[in-house]
Amino acid sequence: MIQENQPLETLQDIKSIMNRSSRFISLSGLSGVSAGICALVGAWFAYGVIHRSGGVAYHLERDYQNDYRGFGVSLLKSLMGSALFWIAVLTFISAFCFAFVFTYFRSRKERIPIWGVSARRLTWNVLLPMIVGGIFLLKLIEAGVFGLIAPGCLIFYGIALVNGSKFTLGEIRYLGYAIIILGLINCWFQGAGIYFWALGFGVFHIVYGIMMWTKYERN
Amino acid sequence: MKNPIEQLQKVFDSRVRLGIMSALLVNEQVSFTELKELIQVTDGNLASHLKALEENGFIKVNKGFIGRKTNTTYSVTKAGDKAFRLHLDALEQMIKQTNR
Repeated sequence: MIQENQPLETLQDIKSIMNRSSRFISLSGLSGVSAGICALVGAWFAYGVIHRSGGVAYHLERDYQNDYRGFGVSLLKSLMGSALFWIAVLTFISAFCFAFVFTYFRSRKERIPIWGVSARRLTWNVLLPMIVGGIFLLKLIEAGVFGLIAPGCLIFYGIALVNGSKFTLGEIRYLGYAIIILGLINCWFQGAGIYFWALGFGVFHIVYGIMMWTKYERN
Repeated sequence: MKNPIEQLQKVFDSRVRLGIMSALLVNEQVSFTELKELIQVTDGNLASHLKALEENGFIKVNKGFIGRKTNTTYSVTKAGDKAFRLHLDALEQMIKQTNR
């Protein structure tokens, strides 16, 4: 005979296995917090540079006008020489490393392999919009449309998060929506990109991270 | 009305087999190692349950290689998909009846 509450337990078992096998659930809330802090520190340094030199657009545009013809090369040259570019690269690398470390520890604790099928699918679905967006933004810089770089970063990153949300803890989708909306609003306030960046990549990540941590990891 | 217990498939009456089917339903292919980590059973136990499901025509075995190591993956068949969904519906019915 089948006991009364056995079907319920069975269904819960099934649901848990479906989730664990198709989603990468080790993503730690602390990863979000650390990435947000990195973004705020990066934005603080970038603010200093912009303040001294009179804006991102000025920075890149100056080199752009000096050497219009060999632009592909000169774009790369002016990017490499730009303090802002290196701040962005360092911010991204450090945010990624911290995020990886916290998620690695969580996956160790829960004994879930960090590089399984679900992690691979998540990586691919997040990377695709980011790579496409990155190439598109490089072309925008080349075209001299500097005001749309910051909103573009936010919008493509937001889309990447929404796209990836099917393969990890679903709540990340709301972070994605929030960042997309912020990016769209930023399109009408093009001089203020740095503040939108700090809010989107910094504050939003920290809020999201704390919420996820209290929901799933506190005990 | 039909008794939903009759709709329950005898084949799925095991935690391991339910685990296998659940994992295969949401993934195109799952390897033996991944199933083992997911369901937390021994090799022999998992292999015998996989064999039973295969003999019922509910799952397909695909043998491949990664370099020189064998890599066996499993996927669900159409019959398996249908049978498992019927099983889930029956479970749902039973819960609804006990809550009434």
